[in-house]
Formats: sequence, C-alpha cells, structure tokens
Amino acid sequence: MKSSVIVFPGSNCDRDIAVALEKMQFKNQMVWHKETKLPKSDLIVLPGGFSYGDYLRSGAIAGKSLIIDEVIKAANDGCLILGICNGFQILTETGLLKGTLLRNKNLKFINQDVQVKVINNETKFSNKYKKDEVLKINIAHNEGNFFTNNDHLQELKDNKLIAFKYCDEEGNVNQQSNPNGSLENIAGIYNSKKNILGMMPHPERMIDKLISNTDGINLFSSLFN
Amino acid sequence: MKFSITVTLKNDVLDPQGKVVQNTLMNIGLNLKNIRQGKYFEIEVDENDQIKAEKNIDEMCKKLLVNLIIEDYKINKL
Repeated sequence: MKSSVIVFPGSNCDRDIAVALEKMQFKNQMVWHKETKLPKSDLIVLPGGFSYGDYLRSGAIAGKSLIIDEVIKAANDGCLILGICNGFQILTETGLLKGTLLRNKNLKFINQDVQVKVINNETKFSNKYKKDEVLKINIAHNEGNFFTNNDHLQELKDNKLIAFKYCDEEGNVNQQSNPNGSLENIAGIYNSKKNILGMMPHPERMIDKLISNTDGINLFSSLFN
Repeated sequence: MKFSITVTLKNDVLDPQGKVVQNTLMNIGLNLKNIRQGKYFEIEVDENDQIKAEKNIDEMCKKLLVNLIIEDYKINKL
C-alpha cells in the first residue's frame, strides 16, 4: 500500500504519522502543500497540527491550498483519505466531510488520553476492531467540538457514518465522558461512501507500547484488508 | 470601493467565548442581557460598479471568510 502525507506550514504530527505508516509497512511519501501533483496513493493522510496558525478558522486556509484540489479529485475517485485532528478540521473546510469543529466547550486546549468507542467496525478503516470496542487514544486540540445540522446528524446515524464516540472506561457514552462538548459525543465520522475518515483522536500516537499503547495499530492494519 | 463584513455565529450555535466575556462584564458590575462574539473584516476592491463589487465580496464570504454551517454574515458599503 502506498500512502501520502500532506504537509502544511504548521503541521506538527506529520512525522508521527509517517513513522506509524512505515511501521505498518506503508510505502510513504511526504507531499508539500504547494505541490500540484499527488504521487499515486492508496491512502492520503492530512496530519494534525496548526496549519497556518489556525488563522481565520482551524483548517480554513489549508483547505484552499494548491494540493487540496488533487486530494478532492482523489477522494472522488475513491482513494482512502484519513484526516486526524487538524486534518479533520481541514476535511470539513474542504467540504469532503460535512459538519464543523467548534471551540472546545470549556474553552481549554485539551491534551489527554481519552476513551473512544468503535461505533462502526465494518469499514476499510475499522474492520480489525470489534464493534463497541473501547480504545484509549490521545486527544490534543482546542477546536474539537463536533457540530452539524440535524439533517446531517440523522444521515450520520441512518447510514452508520459515525466512526467513534467518546466514552468512559466501561464504554458508557454520556456527558461525563464527553471531553469537548461534541454533538452526541462524536469523535470521528465518515463520508457517505466511507472512503474518508475524519477523527479528532490521534491513532498515530498509539502504536508503541513503550510510549503509550497499541490501540491505534488496528486502524492502520485494517486498511490492508 | 470599500466594504465591511460582519460575521456572527448563528443563533443556535453555542458561543462559549461570548459567554465568558458576558460573565466578565457582569463580574465588573456592567449589566447586560446577552452578548454574541463575532468577526469583522474591511475589504477594499478595485471596482466602481457596486453590484459587481458586492457580488465579488459575497463570493469571498462564501468561499473562505464564512463557515456557512455555523456563521451568518452581513455586507455593508463603507
């Protein structure tokens, strides 16, 4: 499998995701945002960070960069796209994913390991997980409060497009286990064709027992199935 | 020609920053009913036809300046 990681000024998880992809045997390339051609890729990753210093709105400027037209074309052709954290914000700004990420409800930057529940385990990104499996994954963001309109929320539920929800250690999804105020505890969503996943938690930080845990590995190994 | 653009959060979108500003104003003894925080832009364009210019500004709003899911905007000629 070939992967491309798009790098913007202000991306800061680009190296982490590259390490994770290479560990999982992806042939990875880094692609600068000013490029107008994408290398042939099975997976394109928009990494976490603070592209353009979060000017205007998180992800708004990166969402209009030169390479994004190519990413949108690839996405429409069925290429797998993964947006993590700032990458998720960029995906919503490009329109590839609907909804948006608001400021955290408590107005604080949150950096902590939280529990998330696998809601749909029947996608290219999640087939190695069990349904309702509880993962411990790091979040680190200021704007992770997922918001969308009622029609889209209904579409997410009806078509099983909710990927992950914040929960507690027992898997209970409730207000206490919602770190940032996200609508219905939503931590990650798919587009209607399920080839695009946007998520606030950082699976690339959970691939090594020595520094964290290995709960993120199955997301990458699922892609080989 | 110069225009101002005011971007505000839609009514049903929570505005935690506005809430904090409101609480602070009230804490220092200034009474108010409600506050909503927004953004303000001033844009100058090289165009003499006001209708054309407004169309151009409107496109800027829709394509970049405003997130239509959560924000409304008003354009005013200065």
